[in-house]
Amino acid sequence: MSDALLPLGGAAFEGIVTIRETGPQGMIQLRGDLSDPGLAAAVEQASGAAMPAPLGAHVTGPRGLLWMSPDELMVLVPYADAARTVAELGRALGDRHALVADVSDARAHFTVEGAHLRDVLAKLTPADMRREALAPGTLRRTRLAQVAAGLWLRDPLTAQVFCFRSVAGYMFDLLSAAASEGSEVFHHRA
Amino acid sequence: MLILKCPYCGVMADETELSPGGEAHLTRHGPGSDDTEFEAYLFMRENPRGVHFERWRHAHGCGKWFHAARCTQTLEVFGTYSAQTTRPPQDLLDTISEKRPGWRWRDLA
Repeated sequence: MSDALLPLGGAAFEGIVTIRETGPQGMIQLRGDLSDPGLAAAVEQASGAAMPAPLGAHVTGPRGLLWMSPDELMVLVPYADAARTVAELGRALGDRHALVADVSDARAHFTVEGAHLRDVLAKLTPADMRREALAPGTLRRTRLAQVAAGLWLRDPLTAQVFCFRSVAGYMFDLLSAAASEGSEVFHHRA
Repeated sequence: MLILKCPYCGVMADETELSPGGEAHLTRHGPGSDDTEFEAYLFMRENPRGVHFERWRHAHGCGKWFHAARCTQTLEVFGTYSAQTTRPPQDLLDTISEKRPGWRWRDLA
């Protein structure tokens, strides 16, 4: 297998927050009946994370589960484990009506780190960035300027943003512009 | 600016995160229908000042279609509800009746 290439080669920007392209991250899209205990057991086994409630993001390091919609999960695993995990999930799900797809190379990941991260993201998204609305562990699928994105907070000072790989350059420029030096808003506290 | 609560994922979604789907509760008239029915299905739309029922899709979110009831005059949102229905839920109709006595929309009132 060829080596994984990050869309932007691990680009980074230092402004009022730090923007860093991260990865490669193993990502498996799973669609199916999330209320099925058998499915829940299979994804918990694969990711090592507990099944999230709606809008939940249970992530530790490179492993975790993101609740994407009432019938969709994103299973996060180390990049090297993605293909194997897809096969295991396929076996575990058996005859269930479900879809398991390796989308590791189809998404780009960024971390936004720093005390101003809520302000920086609020410049770009209509999502409610208040602490009450988006606590660590909550996933929000929304848009950043003109493109679809998902985001969650790993901890109060670190947000993880992911988007389609094809718009990775746009996303990085966007985040960098919103984080440019001297553009603090001082609205949201970290 | 509209903010609608997606009944599927529970997110308060801004209008710009949604795709508009036009008028709600249309009955499809296809092959075998008469010209009047087909014309009504294709072209005849409500354009009310006041209570209105629409379809929206949470395009930049969970991706689900849903229904919304709102007032076109004040942009007040009465509620959102599942797409898997041909009629708004009764409690929503009651809420609208309370807020807009005497309202009428197609065969709903």
